[in-house]
Amino acid sequence: METLILLLALFVLALFLGVELITKVPPTLHTPLMSGTNAVSGITLVGALLAAGTGSSPMLVNWLGFIAVTLATINVVGGYLVTNRMLAMFKRK
Amino acid sequence: MSGSLINLIYLIAGILFILGIKGLTKPKTAVRGNFLSALGMLVAVVITLFTINDVDFTYVIAGVAVGGIVGAVMALRIQMTSMPQMVALLNGFGGGASLSIALAEYVTRTGINPTSISDFLQPTVVAASAFGEGAEATIALVSISLTVLIGAVTLTGSLVAFSKLQELMKKSYGLPGGPFGNGILLLGALAAVAFLVMNPGNTMAMVAILGLALLLGLFLVMPIGGADMPVVIALLNSYSGIAAALAGFILGNTVLIIAGSLVGTSGLILTRIMCVAMNRSLANVLFGKMAASGETIDADEIYDGKVTSAQPDEVAMLLETAQRVVIVPGYGMAMAQAQHAVRELADAMESKGVAVEYGIHPVAGRMPGHMNVLLAEAEVPYDKLVEMDRINPTFEDTDVVIVIGANDVTNPMARDVEGSPIYGMPILNVDKAKTVVVIKRSLSPGFAGLPNPLFAMDHTLMVYGDGKKAVIEMTTALNQL
Repeated sequence: METLILLLALFVLALFLGVELITKVPPTLHTPLMSGTNAVSGITLVGALLAAGTGSSPMLVNWLGFIAVTLATINVVGGYLVTNRMLAMFKRK
Repeated sequence: MSGSLINLIYLIAGILFILGIKGLTKPKTAVRGNFLSALGMLVAVVITLFTINDVDFTYVIAGVAVGGIVGAVMALRIQMTSMPQMVALLNGFGGGASLSIALAEYVTRTGINPTSISDFLQPTVVAASAFGEGAEATIALVSISLTVLIGAVTLTGSLVAFSKLQELMKKSYGLPGGPFGNGILLLGALAAVAFLVMNPGNTMAMVAILGLALLLGLFLVMPIGGADMPVVIALLNSYSGIAAALAGFILGNTVLIIAGSLVGTSGLILTRIMCVAMNRSLANVLFGKMAASGETIDADEIYDGKVTSAQPDEVAMLLETAQRVVIVPGYGMAMAQAQHAVRELADAMESKGVAVEYGIHPVAGRMPGHMNVLLAEAEVPYDKLVEMDRINPTFEDTDVVIVIGANDVTNPMARDVEGSPIYGMPILNVDKAKTVVVIKRSLSPGFAGLPNPLFAMDHTLMVYGDGKKAVIEMTTALNQL
């Protein structure tokens, strides 16, 4: 229960921080912001690794772990690469 | 490795994500921000690899390999005009990943080992402590089932959004009863969540949550189309973040919670910006049709005999004598892939001493910031892309406005005609300029289905035809003058 309250506090504070940060992003960067946050949401890869199951897990768990790892990796790799591609276009003068 | 150390390193990853988003607040620091964010991801993933001991790595390695290749190919091959599709897919994958994690946790903790569908339909007896003691168990079960619910809605909703943007699905379908149909699906899914919390071993309840949520995602997005897509994509973006944060609660993982809530708020704020820019509530976008106007507005009456058309070379003559020109792009520019042609026209004007800027409406295109990315691709400097509030006061001092592929966001009815379905929506006041040039295929209405009185104004010139071709002809004519 103690841990849960701490996690909840973290969650709420992160929400407030998110509002403060995101409102400062200019409209011209809203598309890279979305693809960049897609990449950040690939953090589920960490969850996927933890949930991937062991050699003795049911097959179903292994397969779900495989799906989760695959999808999260697409988000991480695809999200960061495409964001970088876009931002490089904004940088040049 | 000790739990405290791991959590400290997750904290570092969280800080890097925050610094990464902070970098995105300025175009100059954005590339570095994206790099910091990616570094945070690397730190989080590597440290996690050290903590897992007896994982079957064949599945992990296979997943990383497949995902890495698919992600890289998508990112490097996607056209900038198709960015909304890419983001829609990534939203869906994010939801799908959280969904799979929650299901895997459920199966692991209940200790069931289903080998066929029928195994799933048998309720199992679950050890009382499988999900923890008392309140802890309730919270674990609520987190798991809500992650399944939101993850599944995000998954199918995003796939529908992708099909619509890619024009694989052209028609709109909805449940009978519209919002009520969706409401019943949602209530059913929530009832199944409550039932599962009380009967953790009832796999049927889990199957019901999953099935109802997958359907809900489909029917939530299927009736929505066209110009409302920016709202849907932003909202699904938010859902994918919330699902990730919830998955963090299941696993007690701090970095998932931090990253997930940042993504969740980002999506919500963008959703709100899009709704404000259309003067519509979120509920109205999701469930409502555009408010039906009291009387049907007769397009013929507005346009009849009043529309002046012009040829590109006539427009070129106008542009040559202009001092200030504003270009207003819309989704039509993306469709015609005309962004490079537009940049060349602007170059030609600037070489003749004309000041050129771009007026960008927040909902122009199919996702937030869509026009900015296209014009950045065509190497238009970002300081020339001016947002609505800053460009509007300048139209009175503007000689020529060129509207290319935009319609509803320039419709003066939104400002002047009380009772019109789009009344109150903030628009670009292009009609205040001395001359307005509209490049458009025909007089057909935009997404709102309304005629645009702008086209019939005395100082408006219609240039009919393909956007790219018309712009190239203008450039050629201008260079010859």
